[in-house]
Amino acid sequence: MPTSLRYVFRRLVQALPMAFAIVLLNFLLLKLTPGDLADVIAGESGSATPEFMENLRRLYGLDIPVHLQFLNYIQGILHFDLGYSFRQGMPVGELILERLPATILLSLTAILFALLVGVLLGVVAARSRGSLLDEAISVVSTMGFATPLFWVGLMLIVLFSIELRWLPSAGMVTVGADYRGRWDEWLDIGRHLVLPAVTLSLFFLSIYVRITRSAMLEVYGLDFVRTARAKGLTEARVVIRHVLRNALLPIVTVTGLQLGAIFGGTVVVETVFGWPGLGRLAQEAVFSRDVNLLLGIFLCSSFIVIVVNLAVDLLYAALDPRVEVRQ
Amino acid sequence: MSLSTPTHGGMPGGILQRLMRTPGLRRLRGSRALLVGLLLLAAVVAVALSAGLLYPGDPRDMAGPAGTWPGIDARFPLGTDMLGRDMAAAMAHSAGTSLTVGIAAATLALLVGIAAGVLAGYFGGAVDDVLMRISELFQTMPSLLFTIILVVILGPTTASISFAIGITAWPQIARLVRAEAVRVRRLDYVDAAVTLGMGHGRIVLLHVLPNSLAPVVVAASILVAQAILSDASLSFLGLGDPNGMSWGSMVGAGRPMLRTAWYMTALPGGAIFLTVMGFMLIGNGLNDLLNPRTPVR
Repeated sequence: MPTSLRYVFRRLVQALPMAFAIVLLNFLLLKLTPGDLADVIAGESGSATPEFMENLRRLYGLDIPVHLQFLNYIQGILHFDLGYSFRQGMPVGELILERLPATILLSLTAILFALLVGVLLGVVAARSRGSLLDEAISVVSTMGFATPLFWVGLMLIVLFSIELRWLPSAGMVTVGADYRGRWDEWLDIGRHLVLPAVTLSLFFLSIYVRITRSAMLEVYGLDFVRTARAKGLTEARVVIRHVLRNALLPIVTVTGLQLGAIFGGTVVVETVFGWPGLGRLAQEAVFSRDVNLLLGIFLCSSFIVIVVNLAVDLLYAALDPRVEVRQ
Repeated sequence: MSLSTPTHGGMPGGILQRLMRTPGLRRLRGSRALLVGLLLLAAVVAVALSAGLLYPGDPRDMAGPAGTWPGIDARFPLGTDMLGRDMAAAMAHSAGTSLTVGIAAATLALLVGIAAGVLAGYFGGAVDDVLMRISELFQTMPSLLFTIILVVILGPTTASISFAIGITAWPQIARLVRAEAVRVRRLDYVDAAVTLGMGHGRIVLLHVLPNSLAPVVVAASILVAQAILSDASLSFLGLGDPNGMSWGSMVGAGRPMLRTAWYMTALPGGAIFLTVMGFMLIGNGLNDLLNPRTPVR
């Protein structure tokens, strides 16, 4: 087997125990919840006799030993059966699939925006190192870490939706809009996307500024950069092709590592902007104390993080040929 | 300068000596950040401690006309909310809540993280593997979601919120401490201790632990900052302790009034920002001060 394939295979095998641990943790949390499914159903229906409860428990396999319940649970997950949300009146799996695209759109836009602006600011800071500009960028990026995202979102609404009336403050599309074609609809979604995406990007942006700046400073003084300059390359070419390329590796890694944090961010940001994604679904589940739905969201987003990190590692190996040798 | 993974210089321990040896706070930038951070923190602590004296009585009681903007009525310098409660009183009483949760959660994360880090770094092998896999698990999953689920299951109290935040934050500390412990374990004085016939317990407690704690100093203040932010998010989402007041829940409560009275949202949010910024600046300042590898500008 060629080394690259072997690396892919090994990383796949490494991801499995993690996925299993997440499933186990999810199951434990489910068991930790006071009251089981039978209690939930009985609670929804108003009253219940002990016989009815017993029947329910038998029906949902809650009367068998815990380890067998766990096996059933795994089996369900393999069929993407995450249980039923009695508050929403829909299977958890379906609810999540319905909301996932909106969250992916929001997160990707936020990450891209953060990448663009963050790297740019990082480059500027590194190039003007020690100057007032560098200092200002550093202060702003620290502020990015220290600001509660929900508050930034609300303040942006005050400024851009209420005072200036430039952008819509909530939802993903204009209610009752009459679109003339696909392009019109995309434009409307785009307008709704701006504020939540900018808000969500703030946290990442600060990280990217820092990483880009320090990664650039690290390689700036190295021989190959001097060689590139000596060859007579333009400064822009030196920065983009030689310096920035080396900064790309930590940026890719951090994006993968921080993905879990961005899922946390979507809960807050989607709540602020009424964005119809997974985060908003989680907030609705919190509001109705729907633990089953929350656990389903937790499980799915954890899996997404694992898969993306796997992809990041493989991408990393592709970007940096040294990785395989080291392993 | 890195924020989330502060590196520490070659010297084991001896933070105080290093602080004192730093001649005349030569690293101006670091000390300026530290100074501003300490001032911010001192202000917040002062407000939290004096809240009961300045505003005796329940801050949830109606105090005046509803929806008074800040600066209109001298009795209410920060205005009143939609129920006519004094914003200044509510914000002062909330300061203590944020600090308590932030510090409690950070303490838990520090205790678990230091213990896991020292054990993993000192013993290595299977202990190291297991502990690091667990910490990877915690770093992979979306921690805010996990915290939310724990609080929903345990019920929102100050204790459960601190626990749920702290239990997701320890891996970063564990990794820092582990790296130091791995380094310290190879040093001569540990070998000497082994030669003297000391047991693992004594070596870990007397030699490895104290000498692995340097990078934790910086991380601890960042940890408090992150915990305060998480707590604010939880209370904004309606998962705060219903018996206490908090800035996050004030922001949440002021949200429906955003169109007409945005100060109800802006003020408590600003308080969160300043408090978190205080801890961040202290962390940054300490990092610049303690880390000899940070370039002097």
